[in-house]
Amino acid sequence: MNNSEPQFSLTALQNGDRAEFSRLVDTYSPLLYRLALKMLGNQQDAEDVLQNTFIKALQHLKGFEGRSSLSTWLYRIATNESLMLMRKHKPETPLSDILPETADEEDFTPRQFTDWCCLPEQDFLTAESRSALDAAIRSLPDTLRIVFILRDIENLSIQETSDILGLTITAVKTRLLRARLRLRENLGAYFGERLPERND
Amino acid sequence: MNDQPKNDPSQESNDSNPVHEHGQCHSLLAYLSDFVDGTLDESLCHEITSHMANCSNCRIVVDTLRKTVSLYQSTDDFPPGLPDQVRQRLLRKLDLADYVDRNPADNH
Repeated sequence: MNNSEPQFSLTALQNGDRAEFSRLVDTYSPLLYRLALKMLGNQQDAEDVLQNTFIKALQHLKGFEGRSSLSTWLYRIATNESLMLMRKHKPETPLSDILPETADEEDFTPRQFTDWCCLPEQDFLTAESRSALDAAIRSLPDTLRIVFILRDIENLSIQETSDILGLTITAVKTRLLRARLRLRENLGAYFGERLPERND
Repeated sequence: MNDQPKNDPSQESNDSNPVHEHGQCHSLLAYLSDFVDGTLDESLCHEITSHMANCSNCRIVVDTLRKTVSLYQSTDDFPPGLPDQVRQRLLRKLDLADYVDRNPADNH
């Protein structure tokens, strides 16, 4: 969140002021819905996460002590709800997904050396390309995906991402790097095929 | 200090030589995220920039990494606001049905 983060009266919220709570809901629901949609990939699940997030927020507002910002707190609830729903769908999660720091060093090593940056900008804007971008994010392990979404799509800072996920700054940076490198490999395979053939 | 590139820089990588094995390249990999974010300290920044001047593979990795991040940051496949029906169902679920007809923008 940036310096222009909307202001809410915590006292009013904790006293059950419905108008203030509806304002909170309308302010953050689009962002949290987008987060859940990127994490879960379908609208029904994203809507479930959105509703559960605000239900829990309502239930726990009185206990909120303001040690983090309201937005960080809401993002944390939404992230946990998303991850719980994902684990419910996929109970057999590989260890390297739960603990990405244990993943092989090979994970880091680039293999794609095709320079696809020179493709015309409109090639990146097609529906097919956007679909490839979405598919690439979905292919990331959950624990890397959430860091990438919070940092590079929701545009939260490393510190905010660290607070939301309860990770150290180092762990956030490591996971972000792995996520970015994996996406680069994936997109390199996709966009590399769209480069014009060279005349030998 | 820099290893000679194993691949002809004009050739694309292929499955027979998939791994970029330069020692220095690998040691700099851990800093690439901070480098593209502009948050890396000056001396490491200089080291990466100098290395890239002599290593086309690493230059490609950095350029495509930067492009990857910018593609996701600039793609806005989600319209501003929340789909109306999702918002209505949410407000009803929260017992805020009397706020359904309010313009969300009026709440700011």
